[in-house]
Amino acid sequence: MEAKIKYLLHLADNPLILGQRLGEWCGHGPVLEQDIALTNISLDLIGQARLLYQYIASVSGQKTNEDELAMLRYENEYLNLLLVEQANKNFGHTIMRQFMYDAFNLLQYEMLTHHQDTQLNAIAVKSLKEIKYHYRYSSEWVIRLGDGTEESHAKMQEAMNELWRYTGEMFKMAAYETELLKSGEGIDISLLETEWNQRVAAVAQQAGLKLPQGEVMLYGGKEGKHTEQMGYILTELQYMQRTYPQMTW
Amino acid sequence: MFVQNTHIIRRQIAGLLHEVADPEIPVVSIVDLGMVLDIRPENGHWRIDLAPTYSGCPAIDVIPFLVKARLEEAGLTDTHIEMEISPPWSTDWISEEGNEKLHAYGIAPPNGKASDQEYEGKPRSCPQCGSTETEMISRYGATPCKASYKCLSCLEPFEYFKCF
Ligand SMILES: [Zn+2]
Repeated sequence: MEAKIKYLLHLADNPLILGQRLGEWCGHGPVLEQDIALTNISLDLIGQARLLYQYIASVSGQKTNEDELAMLRYENEYLNLLLVEQANKNFGHTIMRQFMYDAFNLLQYEMLTHHQDTQLNAIAVKSLKEIKYHYRYSSEWVIRLGDGTEESHAKMQEAMNELWRYTGEMFKMAAYETELLKSGEGIDISLLETEWNQRVAAVAQQAGLKLPQGEVMLYGGKEGKHTEQMGYILTELQYMQRTYPQMTW
Repeated sequence: MFVQNTHIIRRQIAGLLHEVADPEIPVVSIVDLGMVLDIRPENGHWRIDLAPTYSGCPAIDVIPFLVKARLEEAGLTDTHIEMEISPPWSTDWISEEGNEKLHAYGIAPPNGKASDQEYEGKPRSCPQCGSTETEMISRYGATPCKASYKCLSCLEPFEYFKCF
């Protein structure tokens, strides 16, 4: 059961943290339409995270709830990918991060729609409809900006080079994933790497971007070992609950 | 609870739910949007199953509250409301009347069946002037369920409710 809870937390923490990152764009987008696009994606992601936290609360056997799970854990208890916690830089950087994640998430959720756990399955079916649309949005923007002006192209290439090191982690099985796979309750995430690479390469080619080669990959987020960025995002995310415990609207 | 009464109460509840407007698009009710899945007596109370639209729709917490309030106002205090995510809500569930109301309100309704297409479709026509010459501005609008469009004839911007 512990492995299952950890795995579900990993699944929930990804959209929570990325949703929080995208929410930081609210009022700061390059144009109004893209400002609301990023925040609408943020809403979808936080909604998906909520479904997962609610499910975790119901199966954990602990007296907890979605708010406590989302807002009151310590940094090393968050099991999200390093990629999603990376700080926003420019719009292109945010789009690149989104695209790398969406391409992975799409494949991951397609797999989860066949999961034997009926509740996880239902959450995956519902979320996948939204994730497909996120992918369409982010992949189009990677092409538009990569194949855009000299400046937008340079920023996209820089973002790709910088974020690439966080993509290896997506396909590396954490201990809890291996355990679940052995007991027949998991999925093999490493199987998605080839298809992810093909998808990303195809979009990069259209965008005129070069895939980084031989980059050293960084790992740890799925096991609770985060980059420096994570502390800052949690400070903001948890501020109200830490300052006014049990507060409600 | 008498059997002969359940039909009457169910019809009464269904009628009251017709009066619960979507908080984001108040011209359509939750019934128009196809969010009401089931109304049935269960363990001595009335259970109402609702389908959330998008996972992150801000109305997700408000709607059960509005439903409960409307039913209590009509004297139905013993109700239980559940949000059911499976099967996932689809724009295919929006009624013909719902689509007409959206159009009259200035939102182009979903054009086509979500189940038939991988993509979100395109508005049939501009809800302001009826022109079929339209162009997408952004894949998202004021809410995740809509995209932003502009009409190339009257030049007015409008929103399109995407097939989903
Ligand atoms: Zn027009």
